[in-house]
Amino acid sequence: MSDWPKVRLHVVTGKGGTGKSTVASALALALATRGRNVLLCEVEGRQGIARMFDVDPLPYQERRLTTGLPDDDGGRGVVHALHIDAESALLEYLSMYYRLGRAGKALDRFGVIEFATTIAPGVRDVLLTGKVYEAVQRNRRNKSAIEYDAVVLDAPPTGRITQFLNVSNELAGLAKVGPIKSQSDTMMTLFRSPRTAVHLVTVLEEMPVQETADGIADLRGARLPVGGVIVNQIRPRDLDADELAAARAGTLDRERIEADLTEGGIAVSPDLVDGLLAEAADHAERRALEDSQRALVAELDVPSYELPRMAGGIDLGGLYELAGLLREQGMA
Amino acid sequence: MARSSAHRPSRVGPATAPGHHAGTLDVDALLDDPATGIIVCCGSGGVGKTTTSAALALRAAERGRKVVVLTIDPARRLAQSMGIEELDNTPRPVVGVEGSGSLDAMMLDMKRTFDEVVLSQASPEKAKQILANPFYIALSSSFAGTQEYMAMEKLGQLYRENVALQTDSDGGSADGTYDLIVVDTPPSRSALDFLDAPERLSSFLDGRFVRLLLMPAKGPAKLMTAGLGLITNALTRILGAQFLKDLQTFVTALDTVFGGFRQRAQQTYSLLKADGTAFLVVAAPEADALREAAYFVERLSEDDMPLAGLVVNRASPQPLNSQPGGDLSADEAMTASERLRRADATSPTAQLTAGLLRLHADRVRMVERERALRDRFATAHPQVATAVVPALAGDVHDLGGLRTVGTLLAGTADEPTSTL
Repeated sequence: MSDWPKVRLHVVTGKGGTGKSTVASALALALATRGRNVLLCEVEGRQGIARMFDVDPLPYQERRLTTGLPDDDGGRGVVHALHIDAESALLEYLSMYYRLGRAGKALDRFGVIEFATTIAPGVRDVLLTGKVYEAVQRNRRNKSAIEYDAVVLDAPPTGRITQFLNVSNELAGLAKVGPIKSQSDTMMTLFRSPRTAVHLVTVLEEMPVQETADGIADLRGARLPVGGVIVNQIRPRDLDADELAAARAGTLDRERIEADLTEGGIAVSPDLVDGLLAEAADHAERRALEDSQRALVAELDVPSYELPRMAGGIDLGGLYELAGLLREQGMA
Repeated sequence: MARSSAHRPSRVGPATAPGHHAGTLDVDALLDDPATGIIVCCGSGGVGKTTTSAALALRAAERGRKVVVLTIDPARRLAQSMGIEELDNTPRPVVGVEGSGSLDAMMLDMKRTFDEVVLSQASPEKAKQILANPFYIALSSSFAGTQEYMAMEKLGQLYRENVALQTDSDGGSADGTYDLIVVDTPPSRSALDFLDAPERLSSFLDGRFVRLLLMPAKGPAKLMTAGLGLITNALTRILGAQFLKDLQTFVTALDTVFGGFRQRAQQTYSLLKADGTAFLVVAAPEADALREAAYFVERLSEDDMPLAGLVVNRASPQPLNSQPGGDLSADEAMTASERLRRADATSPTAQLTAGLLRLHADRVRMVERERALRDRFATAHPQVATAVVPALAGDVHDLGGLRTVGTLLAGTADEPTSTL
């Protein structure tokens, strides 16, 4: 049973370099159980989804990406992908809500579209979140479109996420009245509801954990719903606490290890054993630092999930593996 | 006065490949060269740019340079250790620097920098009008490109006020406060934002839409073209009349200072292009970060920007038993590990040893993957000299840590590293 049964919009954020796009993709795969349609969106123009799933660059159009992670009976849903860019979103928005006709063309000709999407502050974010909102709240204006059971947003980084989602605030003082104002208010209603969850990806290092804590405080301050914390890239857990302590203290039993290595079929040399012991000490050191950060994550008082570091890098198979781990831990 | 020690001989090691590959980046030579006046560190978010900038600045200072480092968003404890937790837009001396040089540090206050530009360019009355406009407030505090532009603006200011004097006078009689500025850049969403910032502001100011908005204020009503009427009507419908009115006020008010803005942006752009500037692209040994780094390298050379090299941070530590005789591949280690796991407890330490072997295999695989990524980068960009900095176990938040990073940057890149 998922920890987030009511959530339709999963926003995935994280500090740069923590793997938020990877986690967003894995979450989409995990959510796509039998008969469910999931939409995975990106908004930063990086085409990260296309690279991760090894498909052609995505257009501003929902594309069937792949099937989800099979459930126990082998059933699987479908993951769709959408690359949202502000210019296309604005043009679509204008044609959906206003019959601008000649004026619409004039807007483009006079550079207003470009102006609005690159320069006018806040508008860009409103357009991007507006499209996400539309995908979650499919309505009569977009009849032929697929209705999604869940939408996963690969969102801007932790430092920017509150500002990004707090659209009515961003527009405050700029558009005080008018349809844009009331639409951004409607969007806020969804973003602040239990149907949205903002998940934060971190690694067990000081700065990312600190940023995650700050991000959670910001989100709560803006009354945006905090989801889970996904602790990514955790180190292997091959040694238990006693072994780690001995490794740090340099008291591992060298002779026994040499004997084990020989039994394992390895030609033992003193250099090899020195190396393994030094690696163990180094690893124990880093594990201790991880544990201290893990304690801080626990204090955040939100559900947390852990994903391993993949030594060989992450390919498509790796994404399904991560999806399986998220499902096992109840995130999806 | 900068120490005039000659470039240090490049260190021994396999990295200086013959011929076409640029090999290892000689960081100390770059820092010691009195002609190096500006070092710009750029790269995507989360790769350790701020730490790299601070470590380079400290190392340069301790090698005798008079350095100021401009950081964007340092981690709290790092900022504290450098005495710059106050965001007051003024360089502050860093306490605890050893040697004959000096180090000042400052954290960029984007809004204040913008305000200062407006105040210096516009009449007091006009400035007041601009500073109070809601568009200005949004633009100066949240617009995605503002941080990039303001970092460049501050760099230009620091240079003009403190460094230019010295380089202009013949022989470098050194009455400037600094002889080296190290700049950390904002973690741009797109690697290109940072270089585009001056240009983008210029083109915004020249944009057709902005010109149109200015027209009614400038000339007779007949200039109101049919097109503009359509646009204003459409915008009013969507955004409300107040939006357009505020925008118009903003653009009109800013118009008087446009010339100044553009001139400064262009000055800074030429400053970046000049010989005294060195760009360092910072990356992590991850596919994404190196891809961003590649864009950066390409873009810098497209614009003829002086690229000094690539810094690859957070590299996995080399397997420690890579000496001859101690070599053990990931596959061999895994095979032995599994054999031990199956051999039911003939030895009480069998599981421990199996664990050690798996850890070793994991480490070898990480290092091999990272090396493959770096090799791919080097093949595509053979002209780029590279420094590899192994990951430290913990975060850096004091001068000692920065010193360690500086040492790693400068020299031990290809040696098996010790633990920290």
